[in-house]
Amino acid sequence: MNFNELTAHEILDLLKSKKVTATEIYSSVSRAIEKRDPKIKGYVRTKTAFDESEYSGTTLQGIPISIKDNICIKDTPVTCSSHILEGFKPPYDATVIQRLRQAGASIIGQTNMDEFAFGSSTENSYYGPTKNPWDLSCVPGGSSGGSAAVVGGNEAIWSLGSDTGGSIRQPASFCGVVGMKPTYGLVSRFGLIAFASSLDQIGPITKDVRDNALLLSIIAGHDENDSTSANISIPDYTQAFTKDIEGLKIAVPKEYFIKGMEKDVESAIREARETLKKLGATFKEVSLPHTEYAVATYYIVATAEASSNLARFDGVEYGLRAFPEKSRRTPLIDMYEETRDKGFGNEAKRRMMLGTYSLSAGYYDAYYLRGQKVRTLIKNDFDKVFNEFDAVISPTAPTTAFKIGEKASDPLSMYLSDIYTISANLAGIPALSLPCGFSKNNLPVGLQIMSKPFNEEMIYRIAYRYEQSTDWHKRKVSL
Amino acid sequence: MLTNDQVRHIAHLSRINLTDEEVARLTKDLENILHYIAKLEKLDVTHVEPTSHVLPLRNVYREDIVKPSLSQSNVMKLAKTTHNGSFKVPQVIE
Repeated sequence: MNFNELTAHEILDLLKSKKVTATEIYSSVSRAIEKRDPKIKGYVRTKTAFDESEYSGTTLQGIPISIKDNICIKDTPVTCSSHILEGFKPPYDATVIQRLRQAGASIIGQTNMDEFAFGSSTENSYYGPTKNPWDLSCVPGGSSGGSAAVVGGNEAIWSLGSDTGGSIRQPASFCGVVGMKPTYGLVSRFGLIAFASSLDQIGPITKDVRDNALLLSIIAGHDENDSTSANISIPDYTQAFTKDIEGLKIAVPKEYFIKGMEKDVESAIREARETLKKLGATFKEVSLPHTEYAVATYYIVATAEASSNLARFDGVEYGLRAFPEKSRRTPLIDMYEETRDKGFGNEAKRRMMLGTYSLSAGYYDAYYLRGQKVRTLIKNDFDKVFNEFDAVISPTAPTTAFKIGEKASDPLSMYLSDIYTISANLAGIPALSLPCGFSKNNLPVGLQIMSKPFNEEMIYRIAYRYEQSTDWHKRKVSL
Repeated sequence: MLTNDQVRHIAHLSRINLTDEEVARLTKDLENILHYIAKLEKLDVTHVEPTSHVLPLRNVYREDIVKPSLSQSNVMKLAKTTHNGSFKVPQVIE
């Protein structure tokens, strides 16, 4: 049996009935990494040592997990796939890592990403691009492309990613896996290396909906180390699966069905809607009138916050330090500028520059403040819809996975691949992507389900019922 | 219209040293992006409050009690150069 292809809940069943040992599971995933990762290149670091006895009596009994390279793991290199964090070993665990350890998860490796999560293709990595397991000439999406690719490529059981504008959901869609961006404030950001602090959330990337709910139940919850963490009680999300979806009201925003959407994506979403209808949900077209402003708003808010967050990487406290051959300014400024020039890649520089510009004297009101105001309008659109509806569905991305290199030289067209995912971050609402079909070229299509803040249960309820009546999640890659 | 000199100024504010070739490329890239962002000017936002973040949280405090924290040596060992428990940086003033 290929244990690497199983979900965590399937493995838990086997472990409980003593049909397999935790060591056998771990070795199976290790062997899959050895065989598959030279092609997929989803991992930036892996660990081979595993001692079953450390996990006896725990909930997860050592089931391995992979972690995006922007989440702090104590005394282990963490780089955000950037040169500037070379040599950085966090002296503490992120809150999500502490929770995973308590639950008995073993960390098998860290996954590749766009540098500092700046990108939608995982091409902007200091370590080079990750490949899509369904077609190695395509991107896995991004920025959590490594996490989605190793789960979709069955060289991981499950993984954690982070999502600032679609970085969990768009790669989940491209790689045929399930990815959840929780409500802002549900999962602690303590130990997540910040990109845009008002948008970032950590979330699970898994092979099916049950695993996703299971993993979110473990990592969610209040944390006093994160002042934006919501103080609410966390339900067992798998309980949502007991309810059917008869009579639920689902909205379909007309602004999301636009020119430029791939035909196979459109027909897969249409079919998904029919499936949900058969399961008892009712549908109505609605308007989210400010949708067309979401990408522009995002690139003001996110880059402004990024330029401020990334100011900390200056060669002083940790990471890379470089000096120019010839002095240009004072020795200290020379060191800052050379360190940051050598340490950051092109996209990171582009975004920090854009953010610095929109925050700089004379431009703040025209860009940053206006962006924050339009953010309010986008949020109000959703509030209004959720007064009447239980959920909103849409495609996760306008296309299936694109070719490596296809959008690399055109930043704006890359930004537009997040057109359907960005609004959920701006509005702070939960949103999930799950497989809902394949294109003619055998590339996965993702269905996005959104709901109101802290209503992850509603999303899981709909996603689970949909998944159980289809078999998209059971298709396996052949490598 | 963004000029090369403006881009050099922003680069300095961002503490990034750019080559002339990078300045030229970034001027073009940023101008394209700013052109796209300009669509926000179509909206009337006079009476709209800004959203800085989405949760209704204000002034989150914790109990004022002493708790264990990271040791100074664990943190300082990550720095390239230190001196008597402080970070050491290149000369600041001429």
